[in-house]
Amino acid sequence: MAYSFPEEVLEHVFSFIQDDKDRNAVSLVCKSWYEIERWCRRRIFVGNCYAVSPRIVMRRFPELRSVSLKGKPHFADFNLVPEGWGGYVYPWISAMAEAYPWLEELRLKRMVVTDEALELISRSFKNFSVLVLSSCEGFTTDGLAAIAANCRNLRVLELWECEVDDRSGNWLSHFPESCTSLVSLSFPCLDGEVSFSALERLVSRCTNLRTLRLNNSVPLDKLPNLLRRAPQLVDLGTGAYTAELRPELYSKLGDAFAGCKGLKSLSGFWEAVPSYLPATYSICAGIRSLNLSYATIQSPDLVKLIRQCPNLQRLWVLDYIEDCGLNALATTCKDLQELRVFPSDPFGVEANVSLTEQGLVSVSEGCPKLQSVLYFCRQMSNAALFTIARNRPNLTRFRLCIIEPRAPDYLTLQPLDAGFGAIVENCKDLQRLSLSGLLTDRVFEYIGTHAKKLEMLSIAFAGDSDLGLHHVLSGCNSLRKLEIRDCPFGDQALLANASKLETMRSLWMSSCSVSFEACKLLGQKMPSLNVEVIDERGSPESRPESLPIDKLYIYRTIAGPRCDMPSFVWNMGERSALRFS
Amino acid sequence: MDGAMGLLGGGGGGGSSGGSTDGSMSTVSKAEVVEQDYVGLMSEVSSYPAEAELELGLGLSLGGAMKAKPCAWREYGRILTAKDFPSVVSRGSSASSSSSSGRGTSTTAITGTKRTADTVAQDVGHANGASSQVVGWPPIRAYRINSLASQVKASTAEEDDHSIFGNDKNKNSAKKDTNNSNNKNNSNIQEKGCRRSSLFVKVNMDGVPIGRKVDLNAHSCYESLAQTLEDMFHRPTTTVNANRSSGEKEHNLMVEAAKSSRLLDGSSEFVLTYEDKEGDWMLVGDVPWGMFLNTVKRLRIMRTSEANGLAPRFQERDQRQTPAPRLRGSKPI
Repeated sequence: MAYSFPEEVLEHVFSFIQDDKDRNAVSLVCKSWYEIERWCRRRIFVGNCYAVSPRIVMRRFPELRSVSLKGKPHFADFNLVPEGWGGYVYPWISAMAEAYPWLEELRLKRMVVTDEALELISRSFKNFSVLVLSSCEGFTTDGLAAIAANCRNLRVLELWECEVDDRSGNWLSHFPESCTSLVSLSFPCLDGEVSFSALERLVSRCTNLRTLRLNNSVPLDKLPNLLRRAPQLVDLGTGAYTAELRPELYSKLGDAFAGCKGLKSLSGFWEAVPSYLPATYSICAGIRSLNLSYATIQSPDLVKLIRQCPNLQRLWVLDYIEDCGLNALATTCKDLQELRVFPSDPFGVEANVSLTEQGLVSVSEGCPKLQSVLYFCRQMSNAALFTIARNRPNLTRFRLCIIEPRAPDYLTLQPLDAGFGAIVENCKDLQRLSLSGLLTDRVFEYIGTHAKKLEMLSIAFAGDSDLGLHHVLSGCNSLRKLEIRDCPFGDQALLANASKLETMRSLWMSSCSVSFEACKLLGQKMPSLNVEVIDERGSPESRPESLPIDKLYIYRTIAGPRCDMPSFVWNMGERSALRFS
Repeated sequence: MDGAMGLLGGGGGGGSSGGSTDGSMSTVSKAEVVEQDYVGLMSEVSSYPAEAELELGLGLSLGGAMKAKPCAWREYGRILTAKDFPSVVSRGSSASSSSSSGRGTSTTAITGTKRTADTVAQDVGHANGASSQVVGWPPIRAYRINSLASQVKASTAEEDDHSIFGNDKNKNSAKKDTNNSNNKNNSNIQEKGCRRSSLFVKVNMDGVPIGRKVDLNAHSCYESLAQTLEDMFHRPTTTVNANRSSGEKEHNLMVEAAKSSRLLDGSSEFVLTYEDKEGDWMLVGDVPWGMFLNTVKRLRIMRTSEANGLAPRFQERDQRQTPAPRLRGSKPI
């Protein structure tokens, strides 16, 4: 090429391109673009920490400032992945401490994070400012204390649903008096108490604080003081929202909320007492996001609150809301984009609330912008699914969990194939789908035929034969993540579609019918995949090869077999096969 | 070719006849038939090289091999669907008991038998209607389940003052039915109901860097817990440990009582201890099982030599050199 831009110009142009996919595309144009791009890439997202090694990442991208890593498979959230499986972040931290002294941001999901790792983070990165840990485990509040004490420019510290060992060492008090940089502080998943005076002082001096999510240990009577110190808050997670009925506390609370005119998001509400809910009414008109999924409030009080929030875009709530509450939601909140309804009594055999498929149908009718649904219920019908599909072709995430496995259409007693078929046929931009209820291979035929944009599919207790899995693997062009449990899928579809697996991030299959023999074959033929057999019953070698293995996790990787597999995980690759011979 | 395709549908020597029209068979016998068929099919799989006869497309054809025979797939894929078992009684969810007779849950039978023995009992729907515990279902994060459970416990404890469910006196009467059913279902979470939640606690063993987790609600007594822990941390590599189905539990307990009680009676190098809600470390086995469940936070398999700092009773016992109190069902050594 006779004419080419100087590197600096290209770098400048690339700096406007932030999206990962676009950056990846840029790097494929030609060798010089690849080189320029890799030196100026500042953030990466690694969807599976075992798909690549720290060394490979650091070799290609020497100047990263922001790293996001995900570890365990999604089904780890439901205790399907045994403890000790992996997902350790320490090797990454230790490598990054050398390679990225200027690292600023770390976002980790489903990883094992130790106090040592946190301490290393706090000491290694001078400009470290953002730490977000979602569904992580393995650390204690001592690790948090190290972060608080040593990260001088910390802006964001967020803990989402982590398992943290609370050692009452008062981690919050480790923020030095000189720390004024916090923009977001979120610790709802911590069990233990924090020092209220330390918290109040911290909130007072961090004048840029926008997000504050407390844990259950902060009592309601501490909330007004905190709010008064942070009128600029945009996102508030209350602590415990319960107290005896005291008029002076109620009015203090009401005044404090009224002072936070910029509040857009509310959450927390543990042990919520309905009488204190109206204290929030003054700012409800501005509320876009409401998470009441830990609040055991009954429908009438929920409805009163929701009616105050006409601009609501996201609602997470327990099924106490019932069908009538969802009707009210549908009439009031025309901007609603996301709805999640969680079960209040997931293990009860009978329904404890009057929440049926009707509630979801109402919302689908009344809320034209509804895109994302997560709905737990005890009955569903094909008719309802047809209606929802017709009403809301703009759905992008549809996760339905009918609590009883293999429950049929309660009106016709037929499988729910046709209903879900309507969903995938009408909702052409569907990216994520979770199935439940009685389903035959037919539903997978529909999915394979229509769900061309589907990226993540979760299947449980469904299907009749390998044909089902084959439809999905051969038809869903955009599929990245597939997770299956308790389905009669075996070797055939898996082996026949082996190359498809290289185009996906990962496949999880547990309690299915895949044989050890097939796993070995797959592992040997597909060197770019890690085929991991997880079996807590002992080595699969100790059983006939034709018997099904317990759990299977397959993911594409350029890092080869991992070195940190515990005793109950086996890699089926060529090198590992030598172990068995 | 047909023989190969017949793998899935059992067209040949398999058992497609096994379930199609005989509606009067009970669940159990149907399961038996299907299981036999399945075993027969699977033995066929292992006996011949996979690639040649099954036309497996491991190349870039992305499943093209399968597309060549859509009719055959459809035909075999159809066998043993919900329609073929019209009278199979479902898993006995009483919520829709009136429709239970019509629920075709043949897939229950199929998936139930395609597992090894130890997991069948857990998952196959029993004809008598008792649901069994399924790990990780419904798919709710442990964090959320624990949070809900602890709020429920808080409410039932404070019912006298102000319960979560009805602070307003006005609401109380209107919501009475819901309250009652809520309270009733609270006990489902707390006690063992038909389908109960998991209660996973961490277990660490001295000298083993990686901890594990065990579901306490999957056990009803200390012996089976100790047995599970023994297996988890001292698993022999050559034998099959497929002996946890409920039917065999008693038998195995008796046979291996000596082994299982090693953790519990102080005769082994390790003892089983737990941390309770107050943060104290106690010896496992001293309190009734139910009480244990309510107070245990996590477990530790501790070296006997390090167990000196434990609750005084243990120390006393050690010094007196008497065996630990006898637990239900354990044999003395």
